[in-house]
Amino acid sequence: MKRKLLLLLAFTGMMSVSSVKAQDDLLSMVNQDEKPAIDYATATFKSTHIVIGQSIETAPKGNLNFLITHHFGALNSGYENLFGLKQANIRLGLEYGVTRWLGVAVGLNTDKNTWDGSLKVKLLRQCKGGKHMPVTIDIFGNTAIYTTKWTDTQRPNYFSSRISYAVQVMIARKFGNSLSLQITPSMVHKNLVLTAGDKNDIFTLGGGGRVKLSQRVSINAEYHHLFSGQVVSVKAYDSFSLGVDIETGGHVFQIFLTNSYGEYEETYLTDTRGKWSNGDIFLGFNINRMFTIVNHKMPKE
Amino acid sequence: MRTNSLILVFVALMTFSAGAQKYITKTGQIKFYSEAPLEKIEAQTRQVKSVLDVATGRFVFQVLLKSFEFEKALMQEHFNENYVESDKYPSSTFRGKVTNIKDVNFDKDGLYDVFVEGKLTLHGDSCNVKEKGTFEIKQKQVTGKAKFIIKLADYKITIPGAVGNNISKTVEITVDVTLDKANL
Repeated sequence: MKRKLLLLLAFTGMMSVSSVKAQDDLLSMVNQDEKPAIDYATATFKSTHIVIGQSIETAPKGNLNFLITHHFGALNSGYENLFGLKQANIRLGLEYGVTRWLGVAVGLNTDKNTWDGSLKVKLLRQCKGGKHMPVTIDIFGNTAIYTTKWTDTQRPNYFSSRISYAVQVMIARKFGNSLSLQITPSMVHKNLVLTAGDKNDIFTLGGGGRVKLSQRVSINAEYHHLFSGQVVSVKAYDSFSLGVDIETGGHVFQIFLTNSYGEYEETYLTDTRGKWSNGDIFLGFNINRMFTIVNHKMPKE
Repeated sequence: MRTNSLILVFVALMTFSAGAQKYITKTGQIKFYSEAPLEKIEAQTRQVKSVLDVATGRFVFQVLLKSFEFEKALMQEHFNENYVESDKYPSSTFRGKVTNIKDVNFDKDGLYDVFVEGKLTLHGDSCNVKEKGTFEIKQKQVTGKAKFIIKLADYKITIPGAVGNNISKTVEITVDVTLDKANL
């Protein structure tokens, strides 16, 4: 009898141990055979541009991003030109998030009074948890039309000659909290090129990335390689830009150095005239200001 | 021999009754609200998981921080990226106890005051929380409600100087969960 009592005691003891354990795992009751939630990567980049080129980010749905882009003149242009401060290439852009996967944008650039309009479509979103996707993939299309007077009035000028197009595929991955990388193959089509030797379709391969220094500051870099034999009438170089992103509440400030004077895809990809080693470097900045146009609908009570 | 089978029956009963005395939900609601001179911040989720063990009074909560929805998308991004760092700390949990669980009659509809205390874990830091709330028993369901205030600094959530005036240093949290008897 005594032994049995002991046994019973031991048993109850074990029971209570196991029930304590069960209490610690109370949450496992709701978590077992539960498919984990899909965890989408957010804020791969802080802005719609890595430095001067597009990133996979679009304005969030119902949000309008006002983007001011400013490139000064070349740093090596001497004191007479105040090292580029006297000169400016400015683009004013508006970017709207129609849905979570579609962004539309328009812009006006002081370089040859160029208007541009673009679409950015998110094809895949990086995620983990309930679903796995290693990268985010966007496709971007832009049309640019310059509107200054014809420089050569002696020849027949067609409206179509003013137009150029750019298409980019962006493949990006956010590696943890502080590193994001993107690969960007691009194609630019120009309806009119300077000489017969220049190609109308121009291919580049580029990419960029950012390293976060703190929650609100990151170092960003971007590079685009222009394959040789496509632009021959002028000396065009690969575009390289290096900058800092500073995020405050509603603004993202991007301050950078670049060898591209151009501010939209058709120019910086195919017509980068500056060379870093010559000091043809342009100081520039982007100011992103996000406005919420349509509030996100909160779940009903 | 007879004692042995008795013990078995006893154990079986124990486990059975322990299992039957749990209430559970996966769709509880948590809201938080903070107001500063320039910015009102409000968010809400309906994906709160919670379990209540009637026998012991143990009461646990878990919520994925990315499930909080904000009116302004940018706020949601900043909440996840800059404040709670949900990539590093995906969920917040509360593990505690209803200290006066004996005062609640789960078989009788009515409104009961309950005292809950335990550890709230957020942003990798845990703090003791002790609050008063209510249980409403209605048709075998338990609706638990509580409202309390936490200090962001307690959880090492820092607000940069530049937006210091835009963001309140305390947040009011409203919990509203309706738990059903667990079928085990």
